[in-house]
Amino acid sequence: MSDNNNEVLRVEDLTVYYELEEETVKAVNDISFTLDRGETIGLVGETGAGKTTTALALLRLVPDPPGVIKSGKITVCGNDMLEVPVQKLEEIRGKDIAMIFQDPMTSLNPVFTVGEQIAESIEIHEKLGKHEAYEKALDMLEMVGIPRERGAEYPHQFSGGMKQRVVIAIALACQPQLLIADEPTTALDVTIQAQVLDLIKNLKDRQGTSVIMITHDLGIVAETCDKVAVMYAGRIIETGTLDDVFNYTLHPYTEGLFNSLPNINDRKAELKPIHGLMPDPTNLPPGCAFEPRCEYACEACKTQLPELVNFSGTHKAACLRYAEEGFHIARGKKHE
Amino acid sequence: MAKKQQQPKLDANGERKQRSQAGEAWHRMKKDRGAMLGLVVVSIIILVALLANVLLDYDEDVIGMHTKERLQSPNAKHLLGTDEYGRDILFRILYGARYSLSVGLVAVAIALTIGVTLGAIAGYNGGAVEEVIMRFTDIFSSVPNMLMALVVVSALGQSMLNLMIAIGVTSVPQFVRITRATVLTVRNQEYVESARAIGLSTPKIIVSHILPNSLSPIIVQTTLRVASAIISASSLSFLGLGIPAPNPEWGSMLSGGRKFIRDYPYMTLYPGLAIMITVLSLNLLGDGLRDALDPKLKN
Amino acid sequence: MSKTMIEVQNLTKYFKTPKGMLHAVDGVNFTIDEGKTLGVVGESGCGKSTTGRCILRLIEPTDGKVFFEGQDVTAMSSRQLHDMRQKMQIIFQDPFSSLDPRKTVAQTIQEPMIEFKIVPKDQLHAKTRELMDMVGLAGRLINTYPHELDGGRRQRIGVARAISLNPKFIVCDEPVSALDVSIQAQILNLLKELQRDLGLTYMFITHDLSVVNHFSDDIAVMYLGQLVEKAPAEELFANPIHPYTQALLSAIPIPEVGGPKRERILLKGEITSPVNLPDECRFAKRCNYSCEACRQSDPKLVEIVPGHFVACHRMNEFINH
Repeated sequence: MSDNNNEVLRVEDLTVYYELEEETVKAVNDISFTLDRGETIGLVGETGAGKTTTALALLRLVPDPPGVIKSGKITVCGNDMLEVPVQKLEEIRGKDIAMIFQDPMTSLNPVFTVGEQIAESIEIHEKLGKHEAYEKALDMLEMVGIPRERGAEYPHQFSGGMKQRVVIAIALACQPQLLIADEPTTALDVTIQAQVLDLIKNLKDRQGTSVIMITHDLGIVAETCDKVAVMYAGRIIETGTLDDVFNYTLHPYTEGLFNSLPNINDRKAELKPIHGLMPDPTNLPPGCAFEPRCEYACEACKTQLPELVNFSGTHKAACLRYAEEGFHIARGKKHE
Repeated sequence: MAKKQQQPKLDANGERKQRSQAGEAWHRMKKDRGAMLGLVVVSIIILVALLANVLLDYDEDVIGMHTKERLQSPNAKHLLGTDEYGRDILFRILYGARYSLSVGLVAVAIALTIGVTLGAIAGYNGGAVEEVIMRFTDIFSSVPNMLMALVVVSALGQSMLNLMIAIGVTSVPQFVRITRATVLTVRNQEYVESARAIGLSTPKIIVSHILPNSLSPIIVQTTLRVASAIISASSLSFLGLGIPAPNPEWGSMLSGGRKFIRDYPYMTLYPGLAIMITVLSLNLLGDGLRDALDPKLKN
Repeated sequence: MSKTMIEVQNLTKYFKTPKGMLHAVDGVNFTIDEGKTLGVVGESGCGKSTTGRCILRLIEPTDGKVFFEGQDVTAMSSRQLHDMRQKMQIIFQDPFSSLDPRKTVAQTIQEPMIEFKIVPKDQLHAKTRELMDMVGLAGRLINTYPHELDGGRRQRIGVARAISLNPKFIVCDEPVSALDVSIQAQILNLLKELQRDLGLTYMFITHDLSVVNHFSDDIAVMYLGQLVEKAPAEELFANPIHPYTQALLSAIPIPEVGGPKRERILLKGEITSPVNLPDECRFAKRCNYSCEACRQSDPKLVEIVPGHFVACHRMNEFINH
């Protein structure tokens, strides 16, 4: 269906392993999703779910060795990311696709001014002269809400939130079509988080950028995303529009995530955590990876790997129990 | 990151068997071939050094002159040949291990005692005490090691003990620095604060939390410094300031063979190889220890 | 009326820095009743952790007094303080740096019990197993090292260690912020359970407002070393007065779709440096409502309705709304 002109990203059957000496970490297993122009998808999951590995794979930045992209196809703006030559790859990174990392403290180079760091990316990708690139860099700073004069300062003179703005300015300097934001606000305070999320949202609306928002915070997803993909043990176990996943929840794990969160409107409500731990990614169970922690699990779940099944035009979930007539988890409305 | 699933051995109570930290480190080191090779060779050298005076007659085999057998190339009777006085080079090298190792170990022991004490004081107390100790260390280490050792030996006179002191003193700054640096980082860890929160006294905290966690870089440094102390001792002996003749110190053997290097190169080659093998094994062992002693590394 | 467990009076901690005096905690007053939880929220650098550590005297306060069941902790000799440590404990934020990597689970949990001779030596093992059971750690893990365990389990060790002395009061310094949501809920439930079973009093320090709302009876909001608002949790969320509290509450991302649209209050700028503070409202530079009076003097904390304290020059205008 690559005739869809609006499609910015298409991931098909992506599988990424880390092949260590003694074992293989199955980080990402057979995931597929697409993203249209101007859309934001939230990749949700806990530590070790494979969110960051997925993002790195999209940029072909999975550390190799030990990381290996076992199979799959990634198409970014019509380019097959796994086939293009390295030179073209460098052109695509930064120009078509850019990434913001979690920790703004370590993603800036301490020996260059922030202006120079933004200009560097512009110089490479837009083939502008040094002076023009620097001027444009200062424009970018202004766009993310930092006065132009501060372009001559070094990263250590900026606070955490300001640094994250600089990182965003670098990522957006060449107006990429696709922005990957890996936990962009986890290291920031709540009020600063609100500012940064607001900024990303505004820039997205203005430039029509598509965004992959990687986060563990369902609150951030609710406020910034159009679509959601919930990951568990390297697989997408539920995906759909925001409304689908939040109000018509299907997967027991998604339900577990919601039940683990304190309800701000009902402080007396008891938290219902998911018991146990995420399975060892070097030794995944043959059936559903969530089965050992799932309160709805049945015999079949232990042996049979659930496939993503369509529940409505947009909503898919991977749970075997829905094969039974009338089954539904406690949370969420039923699709008509 | 991947979480490692444990497949622990359980005992009767259903508890995992306790394995000490040293046991864990040994378990990790066994997998490191270089380190194990180093360990084996170092053990052999130590064994040789310990047994040399039992197996060899010092007066006869080591320093006794046999002019008839002088300057023989390696043969069945003298496996590594003889020197200009007809002394067996193999015997002298084996016996020489006693000198090299004892100089290395004692010198480093001196450096370790002074260095770790000063470093721990500087690191834990901070402030003016730290400032004084560290500036002295800086001044001390700005003098080249060899020059310092030469000065000490010339001032105190030439003897084995003075050689040990000279080399020991020059190695102090490294130990002060490394100890201070590790104590500084460990001191600011939350588990030290947690120990204060349960009312442990400062000496108890230092002994049961700070030192055990600072130990591994110091152990590694010790191994590596023994190697360089052996080189320093040999260099000083080579210059004629080390262990006096006719004692079979490797450096002085090297220096003695220099005159004959054109015709009888084995006289310099074998003592040189002895130094090289010892130092290399110690370094391999040190590197292996560095990896094995870090509990954060995955096994 | 329940008994007051902790009373903090004018607690102050300044740190000397090359640039001048850093006002980490500046004249904080509050009380915590027995068996209750006081949640302390604020952004990084607002002095909430320092306050917790000053109460335990892990950091010596510059000024002010702390009373524990009426006894002045700040006036205690080091011997008295040592005995006091049994009653006041702390749970740390980072389950990775708060455990000695060279000690096994058993050694870590037993250390405080050995220090205070809580149980005879021959019962130490049994008591350790009992504590591990209480915090939900499998007995087989007794001889493992921290690096072999995940964050949630490590945090359970920290909890077991803290409750091993049968304390009455525990400072929880961001105990769940380093954990994944599903694990976070496990630890929060554990702490609640222990509070119910052992009658513990908590000071719960966090930056996560939805967690503090769920967990606390009272909430104190700190900004640049000062208390700007304190009220019972329900009251604070229903009726926030201070502009900073209002902004904080509006900034919480809520995991709901299709609910009523919320007005988000965006603040200008970022938290200013707490070094050499002038005599003005510390929030004035970021406040959307600041006026002349705010730049003239620092507002005092005032009780507007029983239990609800606010420090703001213009609060009367906000109360009416």
